[in-house]
This record gives sequence, structure tokens and C-alpha cells, in this order.
Amino acid sequence: MFLWTVLLIVLMAAIAYWAGRARAAGLAATGGARLHSLPSYHGLFAAAGAMIGGLALAIAGALIVGAQSAFMPVAAVIGGAIGAAPLYSMSSPDFRARNSFERIVLVVLICCSAVAILTTIGIVFSVLFESVIFFRSVSPIEFLFGTHWSPTGTPPSFGLIPLLAGTLLITAIAIVVAGPLGLLSAIYMAEYATPRLRGALKPILEILAGIPTVVLGFFAALTVAPLIRGSGEAMGLSVASESALAAGLVMGMMIVPLISSLSDDIINAVPQSLRDGSYAMGATKSETIKKVVLPAALPGIVSAFMLAISRAVGETMIVVMAAGLAANLTANPLAAVTTITVQIATLLVGDQEFDSPKTLSAFALGFVLFFFTLILNYIALRIVQKYREQYD
Amino acid sequence: MNAPVPHQTLVTPEKPKALASGQFKVTARGVDVYYGDKQAIKSLSIDIPDRSVSAFIGPSGCGKSTFLRCINRMNDTIPTCRVTGLIDVDKHDIYDPKIDVVQLRAKVGMVFQKPNPFPKSIYENVAYGPRIHGLAAGKTELDTIVEQSLRKAGLWEEAKDRLAQPGTGLSGGQQQRLCIARAIAVNPEVILMDEPCSALDPIATARIEELIDELRQNYCIVIVTHSMQQAARVSQLTAFFHLGTLVEYGDTDEMFTAPQEKRTQDYITGRFG
Repeated sequence: MFLWTVLLIVLMAAIAYWAGRARAAGLAATGGARLHSLPSYHGLFAAAGAMIGGLALAIAGALIVGAQSAFMPVAAVIGGAIGAAPLYSMSSPDFRARNSFERIVLVVLICCSAVAILTTIGIVFSVLFESVIFFRSVSPIEFLFGTHWSPTGTPPSFGLIPLLAGTLLITAIAIVVAGPLGLLSAIYMAEYATPRLRGALKPILEILAGIPTVVLGFFAALTVAPLIRGSGEAMGLSVASESALAAGLVMGMMIVPLISSLSDDIINAVPQSLRDGSYAMGATKSETIKKVVLPAALPGIVSAFMLAISRAVGETMIVVMAAGLAANLTANPLAAVTTITVQIATLLVGDQEFDSPKTLSAFALGFVLFFFTLILNYIALRIVQKYREQYD
Repeated sequence: MNAPVPHQTLVTPEKPKALASGQFKVTARGVDVYYGDKQAIKSLSIDIPDRSVSAFIGPSGCGKSTFLRCINRMNDTIPTCRVTGLIDVDKHDIYDPKIDVVQLRAKVGMVFQKPNPFPKSIYENVAYGPRIHGLAAGKTELDTIVEQSLRKAGLWEEAKDRLAQPGTGLSGGQQQRLCIARAIAVNPEVILMDEPCSALDPIATARIEELIDELRQNYCIVIVTHSMQQAARVSQLTAFFHLGTLVEYGDTDEMFTAPQEKRTQDYITGRFG
């Protein structure tokens, strides 16, 4: 039935298009008057009416009678006819079908973006409501400032601080690794590499971005972590087999292409005239990059870093595999730590009752995470706005 | 190729005193410039005297900007560009591998078609050159250089109270004077100007032209322009380029009243170009 409905709506739209077009063409031929809009616009206008009317009545029918009923295709045909008829009858040589169709396009575009925005709002509110339920059993003060996290302990304790510290530690390691690597390789690609070399290098770097994080995760757990443990022990340090350092390093590698690719685009967008101005003053290439190009590209580079940080904060798989589940409050990169995302994943994996504080705490964690990345994105946006159009 | 080419194009060698006395700042002999396979300049020879304004005129694509950019080797930044022949500044071959291009550009400054102040404060824009070349020993000395440069560029009165504000916040004409101040700040001997007024309104243009006339006392100025009136107003010497060759070069007054070549006359009177 569903397929038939869709086909019939398309058919109705096609009929309306041909009818509208033919009518407009006929008006022009018989009346001899010059049409305001081309006949195809009259057709498109009628077709849009048929499509909207058909969709509206079919959806309404499905809601009232049920989607399986034979009423749906019928409703589509009737709706299509009802939708197309008034628009079809509007046709006259003076009718501005072209402008009217433009307005329909605008409405369609607005509807599409509204869907994306409403989805976001819906997710935020669903997380928010579940968090509110969680905070009925655990006080927000305890949650936000508690230093002990053990949701399965007796009694359970929900202190966010160790998770936040773990998240920040791993993110910091990742940025310390990826920041210089990404930025310097971007500078090389944008300013020094020949166009051919750049054309070859950039896709390779972007392949790195395409590696699934699960793969990076077991690379971290099975290759990098033992390596760090081995070399740490060779230096007489005690290293946990799952360490923040291993997760941070691999996460750093994950965001290198993000930073380098974005920064490369941004550095390339700095007008050549600024470089010429600097060269003409007798500046060398590195002086020009350091004193003119990078300052001009700074807002974009900062926002690339912020995006990378949000990505690192939200990353789960690498940390699940490489950093462990132990909620230690520590700044030691060689110890095992856990992050907000890892805890959300472990809290919700498997069969769970959805009313226990243990499960609900995942929503509170999700809310904190969301808030965290929101603030980062906001800061990035503000920085970009503040310094935008400094050159031009 | 590098042998001196007889100067058939010099109209009145005795008229411009600088030309007659042979005090040439920039000399070129048999210069060819290629972009890839395309030849942009064909066997060009010219002598440009010091402390005067020389204007390059000609239709678009005639090679005048290309030649201008050869004089401070800005064409080096274009990978496909190839320059052969001899260009001397102060009798030193600037395409000699031993020449430090950074030093050359400090000596031969450039002002571009579109004002391109750095996205920094007015002060920092002017201080940029002196800083990278280590021309100032301290803050006070740097302040002096900045003030003098802005004064010479006729921007000091307008800018002195807003030195810390971004140079990009100035008007187009002010920005171009800032770029001139920036170029002057490193004590160049030659200033190349590539259509410096083409993005400016007539009033800003008039100010820049006055400025060029003042700067003539101390610098060798070469200006590319599309405006015949501008060439007539500011320059002492005019060179007419056409299809990559130097057609005629000589005293500006003579050039505009009695050009030797038919092509020059046609261009100046607006019959083509």
C-alpha cells in the first residue's frame, strides 16, 4: 500500500505538471498574450500543489485509518487532485507562476532545516527529562562535585569528577599530540609542498580520518598500550596495561587529519596579496608564515582545534578499549582512567532496567557531555566571529 | 643576449637630465619573461633614472606589470615564471645566484594594486619591515621610524591617534597610503607601484599622486598605470608597452605631445587598447 501511495502521488504530480504546462501553453497560443512565466513554471506550480495535497491527505488518512488500509492510495489521489485544482485554475497569462513556485521552494527548504533543528531539540529534551528523573534520587551537588564514581557499588556513588578528569586528561594528551602534528603538516602542505605533492598527501591524510574508531581502538589496546607499558617498564616506571597515554596517543592520531585538513584549507584561504605584501618587504617564507599568514588564519585554526577537541571529548571506542573502566581520579597519564563516554556505553550495554539511578545516570552524563561540547562549539564560533574578515 | 641593445626608443636622451648623465638606478638588457610556454616579455631593454618617476603604460596583458615584478623578483613566487636577460639595480645583476632576494626586496619596495595591509594594527603594519630587518635598536627608535614613515606617506595626522587600531579599518585610500608607509619604513631606494590608484576614488587618487610627487625627491619610483592622465601628471618618463615589447620610452611631455611611434600615438589618443 505504501509503495502504491508514493507512486500515485508521483503520478498525480506528473499529470498536474503536464496539465498545467499544456494549459499555460494553450493560453499563450490562443490568447496571443505574452505569458509572464514560462509554461513549465505553471506546470511545476500545479505539480507542487498535487504533491503537497496528496502527501497531506495520505498522511492524514494513515493517521486516522491506519497505514495498511487501502484508503491511503485513494487519499493520495483525492488529495493530489484537491491540491492541484486551485493552482491549475490560477493559470492566466499574467499569473506569476515563476515567483509563486519560488515561494514554494522556500517553504520546502525551511521545512527541511526545521526537521534537523527539531530533532536536535527533541534529543536535548529527552536527555534533559531523563536527567531530571535521575536528579530526584541523586542530588546534583553530589553528582557534579563528587569525587567517587561507582554506580554498581553498595551504596552506589555518582561523582562526576573522576570521569571529567579522565576525559580532560585523555583529550589533553590527544591535543598535545595532534595540535603540533596537524598544524605543522598543514603548514607544510599549504605553503611548502608543490601542488602535485599536496594533491597526493591530502587524500592520504584523509584516509587516516576514515579509519573506523573501532579499528583505531584495538590498535591502541593491542599495539600501542603494550608498547608504552614495555618501554615504561624499561625506564623503571609502573604503567597500567590500559593507560590514558595509549588512548590519548591514538586519539591524537585520529584527530591529526581533522586538524591538518581544516587548517590547510584555512591557510590556503589567506589571500595571496598578504603574502605578496610580506615578501615585497623582504620577509622570508617562514617569517611570512609566522607573522602574517598564521595570525590571519588564527581564528580558523582555533575553530579547527575546538572541533577536534569536541571530537576527542565525544570519542568512545578508542577509550573503551585502551583506557579501561577504572574511575581513578589522577593526573598520571600512565594510570588507567575512564571517560564520560565510556561510562555511558557500559551503563547502557546489555539488558537494563530503565528506572534505576544506575541507568539514568547515563542520561545525566550525556547531558554533561552535550553541555561540554556545546560550550566548546560556542567558544569556537565566538572566536571565529570576532576575528572574521580581518583581512579582505 | 646580454650585450647592450641600441636604444632606438629613447626619444630625447638629452632632455631628461638623469638619462643624459647616465645615473641609472635600474637597467635592463634583453629581458625575456616566460609564463610556462607563453612569452610575456620579449627582449626588453630600458634604463630607469634615479630620483624620478617613470610610468609604464599600455593595454592590459602587455607585460608592464610582469616587468615591474621582475625588478624586485616578485615573479619568483610564481612557479612557472622564467626570466632571462640582465636586470641591474645599482649595477648589480639581481638575478645573480649570489644575490640575496630578501636584501633585494628591502632595497626595492613594492606597492600593490589593491591595498593589502596586514591584519594587524596600523603601528604593527609599519613596524613589520623594520622589525624583520632589525633596523631599530629599541622601542623609541622603532616609534621614530613608524612616525617618520607615516609622515612621509601623509598619513600621520589621520593615524596618530589610532595607531593601535587595525590597518584594515582604514578607508581604501588611507590603506594604500599605509602600504606606502610600510614600504618606506625599510628605507628602500626604489619603489615599484603596480596600479596603486586603480581601487581608489578620485580624491584618494589625488592624494596618492601628490605623495608620489613628493617621494620623487628621495626615491626612484616606477609606476604602472592604466590612466594616461595619471602618467602625464606624475611621471617624468613614460614607457609604452605593447604585446610584451617596449615600444617607446622617453620624456613624458614629449611622449604625450609628439610620440615617435604610430602605435604609441594610437594608444594615447584612444584609438586602441
